[in-house]
Amino acid sequence: MRVLAQIGEWFDRRLQLAAPVREVAEHPVPRNTASWWYVFGSAALTVFILQLVTGILLALIYVPSAGEAWSSLQALNHDVTLGWFIRALHGWGSNFMVAIVLIHMVQVFLFGAYKFPRELTWIIGVFLLLMTLGMAFTGQVLRFDQDAYWGLGIGASIASRVPIVGPAIVKMMLGGPIIAGATLSRFFALHVFVIPGLLIAFVALHLLMVIKLGINEWPMPGRIVKRATYVSEYHELTKKDGAPFVPYAVWKDMFFAAFVLLAVAACAIYFGPFGPTGRPDPTIIQTVPKPDYFFLWLYGLLSYLPPSMETPALLIGPVVAIAFLVLLPFLSGEGEKSWRRRPIAVLTVLLIAIVLGTLTHLAGYTPWSPHMNAWSGDPVPDQFLHGTTALQRQGALVFQAKQCRNCHSLGDLGGQRGPALDTVAVRLTQDQLIRQVIQGGGNMPAYGKNLSPAETTALVAFLETLHPLGQAPAREAARDIVLRDDQSQQQNAPK
Amino acid sequence: MSDENKISRRGMFMKLGILFNGLVATALTVPIVRFLLSSVTRGNASGYLSWVPLGRVKEFPEGETRLATFRNPYVTPTDGKTVDTACWVRHIEGEQFQVFAVNCAHLGCPVRWFPQSGLFMCPCHGGAYYRDGSRASGPPERGLFEYPYKVENGLVTIQAGELPTPGASAALLGKKPPCAS
Repeated sequence: MRVLAQIGEWFDRRLQLAAPVREVAEHPVPRNTASWWYVFGSAALTVFILQLVTGILLALIYVPSAGEAWSSLQALNHDVTLGWFIRALHGWGSNFMVAIVLIHMVQVFLFGAYKFPRELTWIIGVFLLLMTLGMAFTGQVLRFDQDAYWGLGIGASIASRVPIVGPAIVKMMLGGPIIAGATLSRFFALHVFVIPGLLIAFVALHLLMVIKLGINEWPMPGRIVKRATYVSEYHELTKKDGAPFVPYAVWKDMFFAAFVLLAVAACAIYFGPFGPTGRPDPTIIQTVPKPDYFFLWLYGLLSYLPPSMETPALLIGPVVAIAFLVLLPFLSGEGEKSWRRRPIAVLTVLLIAIVLGTLTHLAGYTPWSPHMNAWSGDPVPDQFLHGTTALQRQGALVFQAKQCRNCHSLGDLGGQRGPALDTVAVRLTQDQLIRQVIQGGGNMPAYGKNLSPAETTALVAFLETLHPLGQAPAREAARDIVLRDDQSQQQNAPK
Repeated sequence: MSDENKISRRGMFMKLGILFNGLVATALTVPIVRFLLSSVTRGNASGYLSWVPLGRVKEFPEGETRLATFRNPYVTPTDGKTVDTACWVRHIEGEQFQVFAVNCAHLGCPVRWFPQSGLFMCPCHGGAYYRDGSRASGPPERGLFEYPYKVENGLVTIQAGELPTPGASAALLGKKPPCAS
């Protein structure tokens, strides 16, 4: 032991780090911040370190070349000992990191920690979130498969909409005129050098400020932040009711960090690595590209925006959102910190969470996309064909053969792009059905040019049978009047 | 001259040092920026577009729409399969063709052709197009992108080389397909 102490002394004489490190470790924090609510920042840092380590390990095998990346991922998955596990750790670590950073941000927001004097800590945190999302997107590109390839196409399509310089930005982003070798190389540079370098620098600043300014005290309703008095009040609090960070608060951080690492490892073992999906060959078009989990909400949003709104929303939306996040501490730098006295803040968080959750859920089964194989894969359920005439059955055939089924479901099978047609005859009269089929409208293509009059007649005859038992199909009221008048005329007619 | 305004020898050398570094940095910035922008500027100088053959006219039966593939004219050594590109060729009649990019005009996903219903459908956000490429439904703001084509000696050739995106200039991607009539 004495030898160890001597070696330590020898180093510290030269480095002179022991005293400042001890000072940082033992700096007093308000007693009630030693809470399980304050563990997310350190957990994010822990997962970031895991990502650095596993990332370096993956780089030992991975080849950032459009021609070979996919094969090197296959080698990692199947040939290299535990390559699959390191890939899975990195992939799940990425998901956990985005999730923890978001939770950390929500906690900081609800606890009012962004207020004076921690404005810059918050702003740097906003950039850390953006960089984390940047890592998630560039990482998805490095998993160079079909999803990565078409995902880049989506990125390029969005970037191209910037007025005037759009096409130049696309070439800059792709490193050439198309998605190819240079594209993967520059995303590799971004994912491995540029963004991690910035992340490390910004994390260091973020931590430095947490230490210099002190951890945010537990918000008490009625304890108002004022620029003039806050700093002295905070110092008084740490003096009167403070405790050294180590070991008073740190053990919760350590337990949670270890728990998160264990959870990442458990997911990695149980679920395995992400992909790669099919080979990134642009001539294979039988593919349904989808982004990774944390971008699914955007994928959903893009299908619901009306065409005229899309470009403005895509270009202005992110700018407004980021500007709002950056300006937040200047808009409400003082005042109440407690979420109990900030109902709008709580409702905003809930609203955003519900919107993102709903869009993510919808993007899980994409009701807006046609089911490409429904017309040949999902037969018309038996009950719709019982007791039908030859003409109506012919109509059912037309219904399948013309791919109506790709967008319309029958018996819960088929696409959900258009309305389910199980009871369409109750909603639309014969005339309306014919008009809808021939002219389309309401987001349905016109089929007039692709159906012969005979096919249309058969199809509409089949659609007219689609009503619940005992509920009459829709009829045009005017027709009834005509028929009644007709009948009464016949009755009144002199015999 | 008062003492305060006097520039000391060291002070002057420091200022000269800063100036010298500034000059060198500026001189180095020019090639760095030119290198970074090379993928953009190259497109303007010699252009990425050129004419590539798709196949003989008889490979595309009249009245049908078939998938064709071509090799992108601009190739780098590490591209692998990514330079092989697909496109939809519609042979109207005689020497009249329409060659569509597979990329949806919404966000670039690959559209598929369904001859039975005469529609192109996109798997991503549900964009649909008629057989002439015009928009049928869904989020796209316009019809499918068309490559300029010509038929020479029985060979269908298209002008290609850049990823078709909604923001690229109309000249690059050919005319907007006419509205469905």
